Amino acid sequence: MSETYAPIGGKLWTKPFSILFILGVVGLALMGYRFLFGLGAVTNLNDGYPWGLWIVYDILVATGLACGGYAMAILVYAFNKGKYHPLIRPALLASVFGYTLAASAIVIDTGRYWNLINIFLPATSNIGSSWMVEVAISISSYILVLWIELSPVMLEKWNKTKLRRTVHRSMFVVVAFGMLFPTLHQSSLGGLMIVAGEKLSPLWQTDWLPALFLLSAICMGFAVVVFEAIFSATVLKRPYEQKMLSNLAWTIPFILGAYLALRWITLIMAGGLSAFAFDAKGIMFIIENLLFIYPMIILLSKSNRAQLTQLFYASISILLAGAVYRFNAFLVGFDPGGGYVYFPAVAEIMITVGIISMELVAYLYFVKRFPVLPVLKDA
Amino acid sequence: MQVDRREFFKILSAGAVTMSSISTVQARSVTALPAEAEGVLYDATLCIGCKSCEVACKRNNSMPMDHDSYEKALGVDGVWDAPKDLNAKTLNKIKVYRNGNATTRNQETDGFSFVRRACMHCAEPDCASACPTTAFTKDAKTGIVAWDKDRCCGCRYCQIACPYNIPKFEYDKAIPLVHKCEMCSHLQAEGGIPGCAEFCPTGATIHGKLTDILEEAKRRIAVQEGEEYPYQVASLKGTYRRTSDKDGSFIQDEAQDNTYIQRRPVAKYIDYIYGEVESGGAQYLILSAVPFEKLGLPRRGFKSAAVRSENISHTLYKGMIAPIALLGGLVFAAHRSSKSLHDGEEVGDE
Repeated sequence: MSETYAPIGGKLWTKPFSILFILGVVGLALMGYRFLFGLGAVTNLNDGYPWGLWIVYDILVATGLACGGYAMAILVYAFNKGKYHPLIRPALLASVFGYTLAASAIVIDTGRYWNLINIFLPATSNIGSSWMVEVAISISSYILVLWIELSPVMLEKWNKTKLRRTVHRSMFVVVAFGMLFPTLHQSSLGGLMIVAGEKLSPLWQTDWLPALFLLSAICMGFAVVVFEAIFSATVLKRPYEQKMLSNLAWTIPFILGAYLALRWITLIMAGGLSAFAFDAKGIMFIIENLLFIYPMIILLSKSNRAQLTQLFYASISILLAGAVYRFNAFLVGFDPGGGYVYFPAVAEIMITVGIISMELVAYLYFVKRFPVLPVLKDA
Repeated sequence: MQVDRREFFKILSAGAVTMSSISTVQARSVTALPAEAEGVLYDATLCIGCKSCEVACKRNNSMPMDHDSYEKALGVDGVWDAPKDLNAKTLNKIKVYRNGNATTRNQETDGFSFVRRACMHCAEPDCASACPTTAFTKDAKTGIVAWDKDRCCGCRYCQIACPYNIPKFEYDKAIPLVHKCEMCSHLQAEGGIPGCAEFCPTGATIHGKLTDILEEAKRRIAVQEGEEYPYQVASLKGTYRRTSDKDGSFIQDEAQDNTYIQRRPVAKYIDYIYGEVESGGAQYLILSAVPFEKLGLPRRGFKSAAVRSENISHTLYKGMIAPIALLGGLVFAAHRSSKSLHDGEEVGDE
C-alpha cells in the first residue's frame, strides 16, 4: 500500500485562477463594508429571518461538502479499506479549506464577533443546553485536527523528515478525533433547529434532525470524493481512477437508503406529511427527496457504477440533495410568521461567491505546489 | 465488502439505539416559575389602542423613536411614532385585528381588537436555551428574562428560537445590540412598576405578582358577560413608586397607595388565559374576546421547544459517555487500520 504523491506543477496564474482570485477580492471588499456598516448594509437578513445564505451555504452546505475527508477516513480507518487511501489526501485538502472558510464565515455573520470567545469560556458557555456550543467546540477542534492530518503534505515538501515521523507515529489518534468531531458537529448542526419548534414546517421539524444531518453529511462526503476525483481528473487532465470509484460507489446507495428510511419513517410516524401542500415548501420537499432517490437507484446497478458519467451525475445529485435538504430545513421550511420575507441580497451572494472562490484558489495553489495528488502508476 | 457493510450498519444501528433512548431516558420537564415571579396581565377587551404604553415604554427604557423623518422635515419632535411591529427601537407594540367593516369591539366577525405584544418572559425561555454564551438569563427571583451585551456574540440564534419573535437585532449597526422588553426591571428594583402598566389609562395592562394576576385573570373570565366588574388600574400591588412624567427620571419618594379602580361591564371573554401554559408557561398573560390566533399569537398550548431540544442534547451527551465510547472505538479502529496500511513502511503518509 505504498503510494507516492507529487505536486502537479504547471502555471499558477491561469485564466480561471485569475477570475476566482478577483471574485475573492470583491468578496473581501464587501466583507470590509459589512464590518463598517453592519449586517443590514450587505444582507437582506431581518428579525424574522436572522439566518440566511451565509449560515446555510457557508456553514451548513460547505461543511457538508467538506465531509469528503471524514467519509474517506471512515472507510479507510474505521472499516480498514486501505485500498481507498489514495483518495484521502485530495479529500482532506478540500475539507481543510471548506471548514476553515466556514469558520471564518461565522465571524462575518455574527454581529458581536469579539464576544465569540464567550462560547468557549466555562463562565459564560451555555454548554449542555445550546447545540451551538457543541457545534462551535467541535468544528474548531476539527479544523485543528484537519491541519494536523494535512501537515505531512507540507512537512514532505519542506523536508522535515524527523518531525514528520513524530506526527506519523501519533497519527492514528488524530485520525480517530478526525472521525469523532464531524460525527458530533454534523449531527449538532441538525440539532440547532429543534428549538425553532413550530416555526419550522413539520415536513422538516423532527427530534431526529441530528441523525438525518449526520447521515446526509456522510452521503455528501462520499459523493464529493467521487465528484472531485472525476472533476479534477478532467480539469487537470489526469487519468481517471475508475475502478476505485466504481467500488467506492457501491457503499453509497446503502447510506442513502438508511437516510431515506429514517427520513420517511420519522416523517410518517410524526404525521408531518399532513403539512404537505403544493406550495413552495411542498415543491422543494419533492425536489429534495427526488435528488436523494435518483442516485440511490442509479448506483444500485453495477453497469451504471462502471460508467464515469453515471457516477458523475449521481454524485452531483447527492451533493444537490444534501444542499437542498439543508436549505429546506433552515430556510425554505422556516416560517417565523408576522409577514417576514427573505431572499439574499446581491452583496450577500457576492460575499458567499467570494468565499467559495478563495477556497478554490487555495485548493488549486496547494495541488499545484504541494504533494497532494497521488502519482498514478498507469499515468 | 459484505462484512464491512454489515459492520457499517451495526454502527448505524448503535447510533439509532442511542438516539431512540431519548424517549426512555428521564426527560427534563419545564422548570417551575419562581414563587415571587413578577407578572403582567394584558386584557385585550379593555384596550383602546391609545399607545400610552408605547410612549411610556420608550421613555422608561430610553429607546429612540422609530424614525426621525418628521423632526427632520418639520422640526416637530417625534411624539408621533408608528412602527408596524416590534423592532430594535420598539420593545412594546400595540397592534390591531380588523375584520369586515370592523365596527364592533371584541368581535371576531365585522369587529376589531387590539393586542399588545412584548416579551412573554417564558418559564423556559427558548432564547436562553439556544444562546451559546448565556447572554439571556432568567432572574431566579423575579423571573425576568434579561439580555447581557457583554456576553452576546450576535449570532441571532435567539431570534430563530423565540416562538414569539421577540428579540430584535440592530442590523443597521456596525456594533449591534439586541433589544427586548425586560419588564422595566430597573424600575421594579426601586419599587416601581413597568411603564406599560403604569401609564395604561384603562387597566388593560396591569402589573402584579404572577400568582396574583393569574387569579385576577381567572376571576374576570368567571364573570358573566355584561356584568359590572371592578377593574384595577396599573398594579395589583396597590402601593408603588411613581415614574415622573416630566423628565422621565424616577422620583425617589415613599411608595404611595395608588389603588385606582374603574367599574365597567365585562366583555365575552374566551375561556382561556394565553401564556399560562404556552411554551411551558409565561409571565405575560393575555385575555381576549377574539381568538388568540387572530391576534397573531402562536397556536394555543404549544409545547416548549427548549425542553425538547435540551432533552435530546442531554441524552446524546449524558456524562460524555457516548462520545468517549465512540472515540475509544475509533482510536482502536484507526490504530489497527494504520498498521495494516503502512505494513513494513518506515515513514508513511498520515
